[in-house]
Amino acid sequence: MDSIKLHYDVSGNDFTCAGEASGKIKRELKGLGFPNDIIRNVAIAVYEGEINMVIHAGGGVIDVEITPECISLDLIDEGPGIPDISLAMKEGFSTAPENVRQLGFGAGMGLPNIKKYTDEMVIDSEVGVGTTIHLKVFVK
Amino acid sequence: MKISEIQSILDAELICGEELLASEVFTACGSDMMSDVLAFVKEQAVLLSGLVNPQVIRTAEMMDMKCIVFVRGKKPDLDMINLAVERDIVLLRSELEMFTACGLLYKNGLKGGSGK
Repeated sequence: MDSIKLHYDVSGNDFTCAGEASGKIKRELKGLGFPNDIIRNVAIAVYEGEINMVIHAGGGVIDVEITPECISLDLIDEGPGIPDISLAMKEGFSTAPENVRQLGFGAGMGLPNIKKYTDEMVIDSEVGVGTTIHLKVFVK
Repeated sequence: MKISEIQSILDAELICGEELLASEVFTACGSDMMSDVLAFVKEQAVLLSGLVNPQVIRTAEMMDMKCIVFVRGKKPDLDMINLAVERDIVLLRSELEMFTACGLLYKNGLKGGSGK
C-alpha cells in the first residue's frame, strides 16, 4: 500500500456535526483493514481533537496520511491558540464554556486523552494565530 | 447477555436497531459526561446515559459500542436516531434512573470496565 492522504474540513458552526470527520477517518481505516484497537485509538484521538476545534477554534482542517506502518494526523486550526500548553495538558483543566459542559464535554480530558491514545503528540500553538496538533499512531 | 435481555431487564422501549437485539454484550458503563467515557472507558459495549445530543451517538461510534440506553425517559431526536441507524447502534429508552438501571444490569451479570 502506498501512502494515502486524506483531507477533511471541520465546520466550527455546528456542534451537532462535530465528529463527522472522525467517523469518516474511522471508516476509512476499517476499510483498509487496520486492527480494531489501532482504529479505535485513532478515532478517539481525532474525535477529541475535532471536538476541541469546534469548541475553541471555530473549526479547522484535518490532514491524514496513512501507511501500513503509521497513521499520521495534523489537526490545524486558526483559533485563539493555547497560552500555556503544559497547563492545557493537565487532566481536569478546561476553558470550555458552560454550554459545552452541558453537552457532555469540557471536563479537561481532551488533550490528555489524545496523548493517551497516540504514540506521538506534538502541539504547535501561537496565541492569536492558531494551533496545530501533530499525531502519530504506529501499527505494531 | 443479549441486548434483548437488557431491553427486558430495564423495561426499555426499543427506538432502533431491532435486527441487532440478538447481539451479545458483556460490559457496560454509565455516564452523562462524554469526555469521561472517552477517557476512562475501554471495551464497553453498552453506554447508559441521560445526555441527549448527537455526540452521545458519535462517542459510542468511536468507542465501538453496540447499544445506548437513554435513562430517565430521555428521548433522542430524529437526527440522532438516523445517525444510530447508519452506525448500527441499538438505541433503547428506559424510564429508570441511571443508578437503578446500572444496578439492575450489574445484578444480572453485565460487568463494568477496568477504567484506565
